[in-house]
Amino acid sequence: MESTLDIFIKAIFSENMIFAYFLGMCSYLAVSKTVKTAVGLGAAVIFVLLVTVPVNYLLENYLLKAGALEWINPDWGVNGASPIDLSFLSFIMFIAVVASIVQLVEMLVEKFAPSLYGALGIFLPLIAVNCSILGGALFMQDRQYSTILDATAFSLGSGIGWFIAIVAIAAIREKIRYSNVPAPLRGLGITFIITGLMGIAFMSFSGIKYGKDEVKAETVQVDDTNNTNH
Amino acid sequence: MSEVAQDAKAPREPLFSKKNKKLVTDPLTDNNPVTIQVLGICSALAITVQVEQGVVMGGAVLFVLILGNLFISLMRNLIPSRIRIIVQLVVVAALVIIVNEVLKAFLPDVSEKLSVFVGLIITNCIIMGRFEAFAMANKPWPSIMDAVGNGVGYAGLLILVAVFRELFGSGTLYGYPVFGDYIQGNGLYALGYVNNNMMILPPMALIIVGVIIWVQRSRNKSLVESN
Repeated sequence: MESTLDIFIKAIFSENMIFAYFLGMCSYLAVSKTVKTAVGLGAAVIFVLLVTVPVNYLLENYLLKAGALEWINPDWGVNGASPIDLSFLSFIMFIAVVASIVQLVEMLVEKFAPSLYGALGIFLPLIAVNCSILGGALFMQDRQYSTILDATAFSLGSGIGWFIAIVAIAAIREKIRYSNVPAPLRGLGITFIITGLMGIAFMSFSGIKYGKDEVKAETVQVDDTNNTNH
Repeated sequence: MSEVAQDAKAPREPLFSKKNKKLVTDPLTDNNPVTIQVLGICSALAITVQVEQGVVMGGAVLFVLILGNLFISLMRNLIPSRIRIIVQLVVVAALVIIVNEVLKAFLPDVSEKLSVFVGLIITNCIIMGRFEAFAMANKPWPSIMDAVGNGVGYAGLLILVAVFRELFGSGTLYGYPVFGDYIQGNGLYALGYVNNNMMILPPMALIIVGVIIWVQRSRNKSLVESN
């Protein structure tokens, strides 16, 4: 049994959204030219993931999953008289939730935190179609986390992992502008190759052992990685 | 971008006019959705370990893109521009549900391997990108041609990457052993050939795409970015 902390650390490092699953690559490549915009988009992704995954978790467990409607009528449970399985609707539900929450968050932020809106504003609409947000919901469904706390830890971890990835590549791209890259590789090509190399580096985190006893060792390793990343 | 702004009063053009053909052929090479427009990378890379997955994924995207472009193009004058993203998402999600159910029923193994990436076709940037850039502004027929071009360009790149990864990573092509049997150690393996396990790892997909971009841009200088 994984602890909540394990899920959190795993989502940041060994199952990093970008380097292990390539989710959200489109905006990752398009918005990573400067660190400042990368930080804005990364923060928006953390925020939206943190809101949408728990909502989708509730939907999944109390509406969509096979027998999830048991709380309304015991007959609709898995072992009931007429079991109901709405899981084929999950794609359309998840994407509708993501799109509407993004819209809602945009309006709320604009109303109550204009300065934050100024910083995140242009990125928020982009996020509705960012693969990492829907990917977070689908992985949550796939892995069947047992409590909403675990699902939230997973979403926060994935968001932070995505943030680290985009800020790191943006920093490298800012520096690489002064290097002599072969002309055909400039821009996109070299970014792909660097991301590949960073992915290989991140694969070393898959060696981290998860479990209650190793928690201390993990945190030490995490500190090391922060140093090497920046 | 090869946008076609068609005049309503323009005379009917033949179905396979030069302009329409260009819509299909352009995305195959010089305007490839993956290497030039940088769309749809998310799903392109994670599932290219085997050619079979690449073929299924490419086919699924082609199907969704053609029907989606057609529907959006038919509805383009009815969709209020403020909520167009949500309308587009609902169209794609409905089509992807069809694809997912069909895959589960007829290709359960591949469906298992693709796992969440079938669902992620919904947020595949190629699809939303083509809806926004083309289908919202063009008639149904050119939209279908555009969808075919982009879908095939995408599938072609997926299969190209998958061929490299499967051939050098597992020594097979579409499941058939090319270099002989690894476990029995015959064929090339008898000579000491070893599979490059690196190719199976996810990051190699990025590096292969990077190299494809490199080759493509060194052949066509006009595609080179300034920085």
